[in-house]
Amino acid sequence: MGGDRDPVTRIRTAPSTVIATVLGVGLPLAFLGVFFAWPVAAMIGRGFADGLGGFAEVFARPRTVRLIGLTLAQAALASVICVVLGLPVAHVLYRLAFRGRALVRALVILPFVLPTVVVGVAFRTLLRGTPLDGTFAAILLALVFFNIAVVVRTVGSAWEGLDPRQEDAARVLGASPARVFLTITLPRLGPSIAAAASIVFLFCATAFGVVLVLGGTKFGTIETEIYLLTTQFLDLRAASVLSVTQLVIVVALLAVVGRVRGGTQRRAAIARRARRTDAPAIVAAIVVTAALAVPVIALVERSLRTTTGYGFTNYALLAGTGSRNALVVPVWVALGNSLTTAVQATLIAVVVGLAAALVLSRSPRRPIARRALAAFDGALLLPLGVSAVTVGFGFLITLNQPPFDLRSSPVLVPIAQALVALPLVVRTVLPVLRSIDPRLRESAAVLGAAPWRVLRDVDLAVVARPVLAASGFAFAVALGEFGATSFLARPDRPTLPVVIFRLIGLPGGDNFGMALAASVVLAGVTVAVIALVERLRVDTVGAF
Amino acid sequence: MKYAILAAAVALVLTGCSAPSTDAQPLVLVTHDSFALSDGILDQFTAQTGIPVQVQSAGDAGQLVNTLVLTKDSPLGDVVFGIDNTFASRAVDNGVLADYASKDLTSAEDQYLLPEGQGREQLTPIDNGDVCVNVDHEWFAEHGIAEPVTLDDLIKPEYKDLFVTEAANSSSPGLAFLLATIAKYGDGGWQDYWTKLMANGTKVDAGWSDAYYVDFSGPSSEGDRPIVVSYASSPPFEVPEGATEAPTGALLDTCFRQTEYAGVIAGTKNPAGAQKLVDFLFSTTVQNDIPETMYVYPVNAKATLPDSFVKFAKIAPDPFVVSPADIDENREAWLAEWAAIATP
Amino acid sequence: MAILQAQHLTVSYLRDGRHTALAIDDVSVTLDEGQVLAILGPSGSGKSTLLRAIAGLEVLDSGRVLWQGDDITALPVHKRGFALMFQDGQLFAHRTVAANVAYALQIARMPVPEQRVRVAELLHLVGLDGFGDRRVTELSGGEQQRVALARSLAARPRLLLLDEPLSSLDRELRERLGRDLRRILVETGTTAIFVTHDQGEAVLVADRIGVMMDTHLVQEGPASEVLESPATEEVARFLGR
Repeated sequence: MGGDRDPVTRIRTAPSTVIATVLGVGLPLAFLGVFFAWPVAAMIGRGFADGLGGFAEVFARPRTVRLIGLTLAQAALASVICVVLGLPVAHVLYRLAFRGRALVRALVILPFVLPTVVVGVAFRTLLRGTPLDGTFAAILLALVFFNIAVVVRTVGSAWEGLDPRQEDAARVLGASPARVFLTITLPRLGPSIAAAASIVFLFCATAFGVVLVLGGTKFGTIETEIYLLTTQFLDLRAASVLSVTQLVIVVALLAVVGRVRGGTQRRAAIARRARRTDAPAIVAAIVVTAALAVPVIALVERSLRTTTGYGFTNYALLAGTGSRNALVVPVWVALGNSLTTAVQATLIAVVVGLAAALVLSRSPRRPIARRALAAFDGALLLPLGVSAVTVGFGFLITLNQPPFDLRSSPVLVPIAQALVALPLVVRTVLPVLRSIDPRLRESAAVLGAAPWRVLRDVDLAVVARPVLAASGFAFAVALGEFGATSFLARPDRPTLPVVIFRLIGLPGGDNFGMALAASVVLAGVTVAVIALVERLRVDTVGAF
Repeated sequence: MKYAILAAAVALVLTGCSAPSTDAQPLVLVTHDSFALSDGILDQFTAQTGIPVQVQSAGDAGQLVNTLVLTKDSPLGDVVFGIDNTFASRAVDNGVLADYASKDLTSAEDQYLLPEGQGREQLTPIDNGDVCVNVDHEWFAEHGIAEPVTLDDLIKPEYKDLFVTEAANSSSPGLAFLLATIAKYGDGGWQDYWTKLMANGTKVDAGWSDAYYVDFSGPSSEGDRPIVVSYASSPPFEVPEGATEAPTGALLDTCFRQTEYAGVIAGTKNPAGAQKLVDFLFSTTVQNDIPETMYVYPVNAKATLPDSFVKFAKIAPDPFVVSPADIDENREAWLAEWAAIATP
Repeated sequence: MAILQAQHLTVSYLRDGRHTALAIDDVSVTLDEGQVLAILGPSGSGKSTLLRAIAGLEVLDSGRVLWQGDDITALPVHKRGFALMFQDGQLFAHRTVAANVAYALQIARMPVPEQRVRVAELLHLVGLDGFGDRRVTELSGGEQQRVALARSLAARPRLLLLDEPLSSLDRELRERLGRDLRRILVETGTTAIFVTHDQGEAVLVADRIGVMMDTHLVQEGPASEVLESPATEEVARFLGR
C-alpha cells in the first residue's frame, strides 16, 4: 500500500434516494400548490389589484386591531387549556390498562366531529340563563370542547411509545411522581405537545361557527371578519389584508413551534395497571371526560324527545326527507355520500401526508437542506390557518381551465376535506418516524435491503399503527367537515353535515329533532369507525 | 414510496372519473345551498328540451352573488337562481347577467319586478317570502299579556326582555328585519328605534337556528322569549298533526319581503337553452313545487298553494320595501351603524 | 493479497450545525480473508465511525474502500454484502425472532423451506434452538444479541462488522458470548472487524488488534504483538501496561 494520499473521493447520494426524495417532496408540494397556494394567492391577489394601500387603511380601523387581539387571545388561551386538561386524559387513555379503553378513546374524539352549528345550539341550550351565556368564557369552553381530542390523541400516541424505564430510573433515584413528570416525561413529550398545541391554535384561530353562535355578536375573529367582508360586502381589499395578517400570524407561530423540536426515543411500552400515584391524573381525566360528555348527553337527550315524551321518532324520520320534504335526499343517502367522500379524502390525506412525513423524518447533512425541510414542514400546516372562505372562492377563480377544470367536479369536496386532514396525518405520523432508531434502518441496509425496501420494512412497518390512527382521525375530520363542503358539494349529493345544517335552518319540531338525531348518527358512525380502527391495529403490530 | 405515489394517482383518477358524462352539453344551474326541488322536476325540463341540468351550489345567498362576480371572466354556469332583492344590484352593476326576463311574465307579477335599470331587464322573479316578527300565541295566552302588533310595540315596557332577533351582519333574516326598520323609520329614525329596542332588553343572536331553537319559546324550542324574527311561513310548521290552530303567528305589519330571482348568466354558451330554463323555473311545474320544498311562496299567479299554506301561512298585505339600489349603496354604512348600536 | 483495503478514510461531522469536526482522520486498515481484527480504543476515538465508514453508512470526506482490489467506495450499503451488528437497538421489534434472522434471506429471495432450514441452523449455532416464534421484546439482552448475530450471519456476509456487540451484557455473559463468538467466527470462516473498548474481549475474539486514539489509528498488528509492545506511551497507558 502506497503512503501517498489518494485523490479526494466524494460520495454521491444514490440516485434512487434522490428520486424518492423528489417524489416525496414533489407530491405533497404539487398537491398543496394546486389546491391551496394557487387558489389562495389568486384570491389575495385580487384584493391587491390596486396596490397595497389597503394595509394602512384596514389597520387604521380600531375594529381590526381589536379583532386580531381577540383572535390571538382566544386561540392561545384555548390551546393552553386544551394542553393542561388533555395531558391527564392522554396519560390515562394511553399509558394505563383498563377495560373499555378503546371505547373511551373513540368517545373522546366525538366532540371534534360534531357539526359546529348543532353543538353551538346544544351548548347555548345548556348555558342559557347562566352568567356564561354570550361571554368570552363560553367561546373558550366550546373551543376546548371541540379541540381537546387533538391533544389527547397526538400526545397520547407519542406517550404510548415512550420508554417507561426512564421514568422508573428517575423514581428509583428518589424523584417524586411530580418531579418525574416535570423533569423526565414532560421534556420528552415536548415535541408532540408543541405539535398538538399548534394544531389547536390554528383550529381556534380560524374557528368560525362556534365563535358566532356562542359569542353572540360581541366577539369576532379575523376569520369571521374575512367571512363578513367577503360574503357580505365583497370588500376583497380588506379581506386580503386580513388574510395576509392571518398568514403572518400562522407562519410566526410555526416558526416558534419549529424551535421546540427534538427526537424522542421509543421503546416497547406496555400499558400498565394504575398505581396510587396515578390518582390525580385519573381524577382529572374523569372530570374532563365527564365535562366533555355533558353537551353530548344533552344532545342525545334532546334527540330522543318527542311530542309525547321520549322515543325514537326522530330517528325513524331520518328514513324520509323531513317535514314537508325539507331535504332532497333521505338522511341515510346523505350519510352514504358522507362516507364515500370521507373515504376518498382519507385516502388522499394519508397518501400525501405519509409521503411528506417520510421525507420530513430524514435529517439531511446540509444546513440549507435542513432549512428547506423545515419550511416544507411549516407549509403543510398552512391550510389550517387560512380562511375557508378564501380557499373556497380561490378554488372557483383558479380551477377553471384544463387540466384543473374541477369547479363543478365532485372531486373538489374530498380534496378540500383532505386539505384539512393532511396536517393531522403528518403531525401524527411524523413524531413516530422521527423517533425510529436509525440503527434499524442501517441494520436493514447492511443486511442487503435497498432504500425502498428499508422504507417498507422499517419505516412503514413501524408506522403502520400510527398511520391507522391518523387515518381514523382524518376520516373523522372529513366526515364532519362543513365549511368547504357546503361551498363545494353538489346539492343533489349533500353530505350529512350539509343536511343537518339545512334541517336546523328550518322551523318545526320534526326538522329540529331530525337535525339532532342525524348529528347523533353522525357522531355514532364516527365513533364506530374509530373504535374499529383502534381494534384493527392490535394485530398489525405487537410490541411497538 | 413508489407504492404511495401509485396509490395517490389511482385515488385521483378514481375520484376524478366519477364526473357524469352525457351526450348533450348540460346546462349548469348555479344556486345557493337552500335550493331544493322534488325528485324528477328537473327531469321534466330535460324531457321537454333534451337538455340535462346540472345543479351547482355556491354557498349561501350572499356567497352566490359574490361567486358570480368573482368568476365573471370564466362563468361557473348558464343560469342563476337565488339572487334576492338585497343583492340584486350587486349582480346587475357588475354585469354578470345577460338581458333576459321570462317572456311568460304577466302583469299579475308586476309587483315583484325590480325597478328599471336595477334588474328588471335581467332578473325574473321566482319566489318570495316575508321575514316577519313571530309570536308564541300560547305564551301570551298563558301570561295574560296582549300580543304586540307593530314594530312600535316592541319598544314598549310590557315587552321588555321578550324579543330575540338575529344579527344583521351574519344572518339573512336579521338583515331583512333591519331593512324593515329602516323602511319604517327612515334614516336617523331607525338608529333611534334600535337604541330603544336594545334598551328594552332585545337579544341579538348570530343566526336563525340559534334565535329560533334556543331563545324563542315556541313549541319546538327551548327558550323563554315569545317574540322572534323569523319567516311568515314558519307558523305552518309548528302546527301539530290534526290541529286547526297554529301555536305561533307572524305579525304582518312587521314584514320585509325577500324576493328571489333567476337570470341568464352573461357569457353562457347556450343562451337559448338558458332562457328556456329561466322560463321553466317560472312555469307552474316548478312554481307548484316551491312552497313544499323551499318554504316560500311562488310568484306565478297561476300556481296553486298547498293546503297548509292556505290555512296557516299569511301574506303581508303591505310589506316594507327598500330599493335594491339603496341597499347596495348603503349596506356597509348601515351595518356598521347597526353593529355600533346592537352589538356593543 | 488483502481482501479488504480501507485507504486514508477521513470522515467529518457537523458539530453545532455550522462547524465541522473530524471523526476519523486518514485511517487505513487492511484485512486478510478469514481474519478477525479488533479495533480497540477509548470512547470518542472514532472506532465506531471507522466501522460505519467501511460499511458505507458514513459519507467519506476522502479515502476509498477496496474489496478484493475493486473500488467499492461508491457502492451503496445494501449491495456490499456485509453485515453490521450493534450493541443494541437493532432488532425489528415488529418481527419475530425467526423473521428477524430470515430478513437477509428474504431479501436474497431464498425459497421459504430453505429459509426455515437455514434459520433453524443459525439459531442452533447461536444456542437459541426453538426461539423462532418468540417476540424479540420478550428476550433478555444476551439472547437479543445472539439473535442479532444469527441475523448478521444468515446471508453469509463477505465481511462481518461488530460494533461493541457485547458491551451491553454483564461480565459473565460477555465472556461466554465472547467465546461463542470466536467459535462461530472460526467455524464459519467469517472475516470480521470487531470494535470494542475492552482488551480482554479483543484478545478473546480477534487475531489482530488495531488501536485508535483521537481519530487516528496509532498501532495495528497481531494481538500478542500489540499487547506486548505498545507503540506509544499513550497506547501503553490505555492498555494498562
